[in-house]
Amino acid sequence: MKAVAIKFLNITGMRWGIPLVKLFSGEQVLQQLKEIGKTIVAPILAIIGFLLIWSFFASQITTSLGRLPGPVAVWQQAQSLWQEHLVERKKADEFYARQEDRNAKRRAENPGAKISTVEFTGKPTYIDQIITSLKTVFMGFTIASLIALPIGVICGLSKTVMKAFNPLIQIFKPVSPLAWLPIVTMIVSAVYVTNNGFFAKSFIISAITVSLCSLWATLINTALGVSSVNIDYINVAKVLQLSPTKKTFKILLPATLPLIFTGLRISLGVGWMVLIASEMLAQNPGLGKFIWDEFQNGSSHSLARIMVAVFTIGIIGFILDRVMVELQKLVSFEKASL
Amino acid sequence: MSLELINVSKGFGEGKSRTDVLDNINLKINVGEIVAIVGFTGSGKTTLVKLMAGLLVPDRGNVFFKGEVVNGPGKERGVVFQNYSLLPWFTVFQNVMLAVNEVYPQWSKEQRCDHAKKYIEMVNLGSALNKRPAELSGGMRQRVSVARALSMNPEMLLLDEPLSALDAITRGILQQEIVNILGNDKTTALLITNDVDEGILMADRIIPLNPGLKATLGPEFKINIERPRDKTALNDNANFIKVRNEIIEYLMDMGGEANPQKTNSYDLPEISPVMPQSFFSKKTTKAA
Repeated sequence: MKAVAIKFLNITGMRWGIPLVKLFSGEQVLQQLKEIGKTIVAPILAIIGFLLIWSFFASQITTSLGRLPGPVAVWQQAQSLWQEHLVERKKADEFYARQEDRNAKRRAENPGAKISTVEFTGKPTYIDQIITSLKTVFMGFTIASLIALPIGVICGLSKTVMKAFNPLIQIFKPVSPLAWLPIVTMIVSAVYVTNNGFFAKSFIISAITVSLCSLWATLINTALGVSSVNIDYINVAKVLQLSPTKKTFKILLPATLPLIFTGLRISLGVGWMVLIASEMLAQNPGLGKFIWDEFQNGSSHSLARIMVAVFTIGIIGFILDRVMVELQKLVSFEKASL
Repeated sequence: MSLELINVSKGFGEGKSRTDVLDNINLKINVGEIVAIVGFTGSGKTTLVKLMAGLLVPDRGNVFFKGEVVNGPGKERGVVFQNYSLLPWFTVFQNVMLAVNEVYPQWSKEQRCDHAKKYIEMVNLGSALNKRPAELSGGMRQRVSVARALSMNPEMLLLDEPLSALDAITRGILQQEIVNILGNDKTTALLITNDVDEGILMADRIIPLNPGLKATLGPEFKINIERPRDKTALNDNANFIKVRNEIIEYLMDMGGEANPQKTNSYDLPEISPVMPQSFFSKKTTKAA
């Protein structure tokens, strides 16, 4: 039980809970209390301090949208966003219930009647927007990985290819998503002309912008990983005279996986960061658009709602990072003990 | 004749930073013979093995295997690397299977599995079949490495200090195991070691590699001790003691500074102590 709890806390990145678990199981009480002081009390004090300073300065600053919201106002808005979500869901459910009712009646009257179902077209709630953002970032991340991994492997295998690609990589790597966005918008508008495509245009534009900014970390890490594979492993491949395909899949890729995952982790982090900006401008209905709309909206609640979004973005970014760390642990062999 | 090196030289780097490691190496190894190369660390032993394995190409001279020039690595020459070189993402079984699959692609999967298991059993690792290298001790890893090389049924086995990282007891056990397996299969082998005793215990011939840059091979020492050789009994064997002393003496002489008995004579200036008392009295100073 205790071991399970500790493992769970380890995986979820909540290591601060471990001393608590140990304390309740009565293991070295004094030491656990010290540990708790360090890992739980200290961060809590820091957070309380931050909230105090925040609310103090917030009360000092008056903007055109009223007083800058403090922690309490932000918390209220978070709750109200959740309430709005529930209300909207209820509306949707009622809408579908009514529609189902109507259709059932029609079927009863005339079994051969044509029955059409209509999608509910309410405005997207905050939760919907979070989901859209996640979908977009994963789409962008997938595109980025599909491009970066093969090119990275090729760059790692051949110094010539690496030298050839290097200037392009170095030049495009630091470009901001805001610079890419107009170009991507124009290209997508020109190429993706269907009006009822599977993906919305704004979704594709945001996703491509995300991938353009996030693929570099994966590419560079993969290339570095492949080119710096332990010479001993390469010698094994040489002595066994492995074919190039076997060499790649049995030796190079397994040896490179830890570095590839480091790259993917950085890429996902960059992608999530870049996503908000590109959604703002591409009007993809995610968190970025939420922030932009609230900013344009200019109600007395807007700033508090934007701050809710800031915390949401931060927390989701943290969770994504944790997921990547755990995946990385899964694929890594123990390097230190070799 | 199994392996032959003729006038082989090898160096690394260019221009000023060039270091010549091996110079004018001539060596012949007969079929079924075990030859040990003994030398100090850093004298180019690993380079020599890599040349024979085909992982390095000599600058001058040629390496012949069964009369043909060696251009690259081949499955007929198995290598046991100094640092095991196991693939950490594979289990013991998978590591050996990787080699077996390459050497016997025509066999059925079952045959290959059995073959791999046979060699893993041979090095007493049957219980660690599904463990990864990180879970094994140094001695066990080295056994896997030996099993991998042997499972290829190579015509020749190149052993690059296979036991140098192990403790004395494990080392003794593995020395015996390797000699037994090599003797059973009549495999030709080249053993690189820094331990003269190990060389005498395992090899038919010992050839010292002279230390220093541009290393050359020294004279060969034939080991005329009957097999199987018992490590503890060897200590009282007159033949063993003689050849051991000869080799160590040779290595000491070549090693220069490594020789503890070396005495240098210097011409010392004649000085007699000057006492502080006599320093102030001019008479005594002059008289002295």
